Amino acid sequence: MTVLFGQLFTGISIGAVLLLIALGLALTFGQMNVINMAHGEFIMAGAYTTYVLQQSITGAGWSLVVALPVAFVVAGTMGVLLEILLIRRLYARPLDTLLVTWGVSLMLQQLARDVFGSPNVQTRAPELLTGNVALPGGLTIANNRLFILALALAAVAALTLALRLTPLGRRIRAVVQNRDLAAVSGIPTARVDRTTFFIGSGLAGLAGVALTLLGPIGPTMGTNLIIDAFLVVVVGGIGQLKGSVIVAFALGVLQATGEYLTTLSVAKVIVFVAIVAFLQWRPQGLFTLRTRSLA
Amino acid sequence: MTAVTPAPPSVADDPAPTSVVPPARPDGRFRLRTAAGFAFGAALLFAVAPLVLSDFRLSLLAKYLCVAMVAVGIGIAWGRGGMLTLGQGVFFGLGGYAMAMHLKLADAGPGGMPDFMQLYGQLDELPVWWRPFASPWFALPATVLLPMAVAFGLGSLVFRRRVRGAYFAILSQALAAAMVILLIGQQGTTGGTNGLTDIKGFFGYDLDDPVNQRMVYFIIAGTLLALLALTRQLIRSRYGELLVAVRDGEERVRFLGYDPASVKLVAYVVAAGMAGLAGALFVPAVGIISPALIGIVPSIEFVIGVAVGGRATLLGPVLGAVAVAWARTALSERFPGTWTYLQGLLFVVVVAFLPGGLASLWALARRRDGAVESRRRGWSPLGRRRAERTEVPAA
Repeated sequence: MTVLFGQLFTGISIGAVLLLIALGLALTFGQMNVINMAHGEFIMAGAYTTYVLQQSITGAGWSLVVALPVAFVVAGTMGVLLEILLIRRLYARPLDTLLVTWGVSLMLQQLARDVFGSPNVQTRAPELLTGNVALPGGLTIANNRLFILALALAAVAALTLALRLTPLGRRIRAVVQNRDLAAVSGIPTARVDRTTFFIGSGLAGLAGVALTLLGPIGPTMGTNLIIDAFLVVVVGGIGQLKGSVIVAFALGVLQATGEYLTTLSVAKVIVFVAIVAFLQWRPQGLFTLRTRSLA
Repeated sequence: MTAVTPAPPSVADDPAPTSVVPPARPDGRFRLRTAAGFAFGAALLFAVAPLVLSDFRLSLLAKYLCVAMVAVGIGIAWGRGGMLTLGQGVFFGLGGYAMAMHLKLADAGPGGMPDFMQLYGQLDELPVWWRPFASPWFALPATVLLPMAVAFGLGSLVFRRRVRGAYFAILSQALAAAMVILLIGQQGTTGGTNGLTDIKGFFGYDLDDPVNQRMVYFIIAGTLLALLALTRQLIRSRYGELLVAVRDGEERVRFLGYDPASVKLVAYVVAAGMAGLAGALFVPAVGIISPALIGIVPSIEFVIGVAVGGRATLLGPVLGAVAVAWARTALSERFPGTWTYLQGLLFVVVVAFLPGGLASLWALARRRDGAVESRRRGWSPLGRRRAERTEVPAA
């Protein structure tokens, strides 16, 4: 029983990381049909921001608190720059955005290597987050993983509320549902796109801050995570956050269970097979917007 | 070369009902030029290159030509069929590992085991799934059929359920990631991160001998030319037209009574087979196959060459792949950092601003000439179609 709960929690915490990364992707992919491979490098930017702040601010706790908003803005700004410089020109060619942003991600990785050096760097976690919470029944849960789970859930909640309640959220939803109709109704779709990209990329920055609590920071840290996050978006279905939330946790638990029963490498294959099998059942993902399009 | 004969390629695997579609294109006018082109290419590869290049450069060229073979396949699947496959490394790897396993076992001799197995795995006997690869009659066909089978498995599941576009690209990429993790994880039987190294013999020939390296080069060059001839026939056939039609308007093709899923499947499987063959020939040319050669990054790098050269053309992918691979060797040794920036920039600039690749510059120039000429002669539908062929779909 203890083992089961332990595995379940490991899965949930893997899911929380995936969710943080996938949220931003789901937002930009859903609204603009843009596949941003540089998202992984925005994560890296968030992580390095934490590192830089920790060099200048004494006290790991404060630096983490400051890092969250700063990383959001840093990564968000990078996203907006990318949107203005390149992605804006490619809205009609979603597959090409994938290739172009991959080129950008190559350059950003090299930039990180030149600025911070190839070897990984490490941040200190705040004392508060280094221990474990002991639960009845001999169960322990690592504080840092709990923090990441809370951060992910807070991000989902904030995003959901923003989409539901604010005027900006209404505009975003309108553009997602029918871009042309939104445009003729007087919604400045280009500006909405840019704002969405800012938020989506900013969320990657938050994910980067969270990842500093789990492991080292390096130029290629984004590459490995991005594919899993994309799978979450694909399986979750475009344009809806709840799909990403459910699928992130489901894949996390599946991965953890698979790892427990077999090995890490076999678990990856199991997850992949499960995804392909799932797409046989629902090729458009878990949730989809109802449209009248032929696809 | 086989390309000269205008007979339609074997359409045994053509899923289209072979009914009233007229022959794709009256290409009689092109026959002489194609033959000349092939003769020129063959002369270049078989006579000029071995004379001009040192043994070292020639073996590098052999390596590039393997990459070009993968590129030809990507040209079919992506350029012609609109399926961006980011996981060709998987098929390259399957072919490469199948060949390397056989060569390893042949090096070890009858009853012997590859050296690394005792080292990492402490295995007493050969794993069951290694055993069939001892026979060349199994291993050689497997280098092509294994990748094709995997592509068929994934493709038939995915295309039938109309998973496409970005979804397909991401899935193919995830397949590459899963395969690399699996290979590294099963270190005892796959060699892990190191892969299969130190391959000494190639069907009884010593690979250290420059003469035999030259022979490997000739095999590779010949295979590439044969693949190009095959591809030319394929894309000019009725099936080739259908493939482009599926790329440009899948629904319309469906309404016309064809099955787009089968059409795409054939292209994907053919591309996988070419990548497998390339991987198999890469092993004797370079002497190693490892996860680092087939993962996500190399898989996307295969695509770079194709995009730079011109995805929708026949020769574009080949020339692009060779050029990019050559540039990488030339620049990355001296300026490793600069090359990465350059590679990224090349990708961004070509895909964003020149989606037809460098080949489209040629086509653009020709179209300008053609426009002048057609004004003189009146409008010619054939000329227009030829110009359109090199254009790239929006999706």
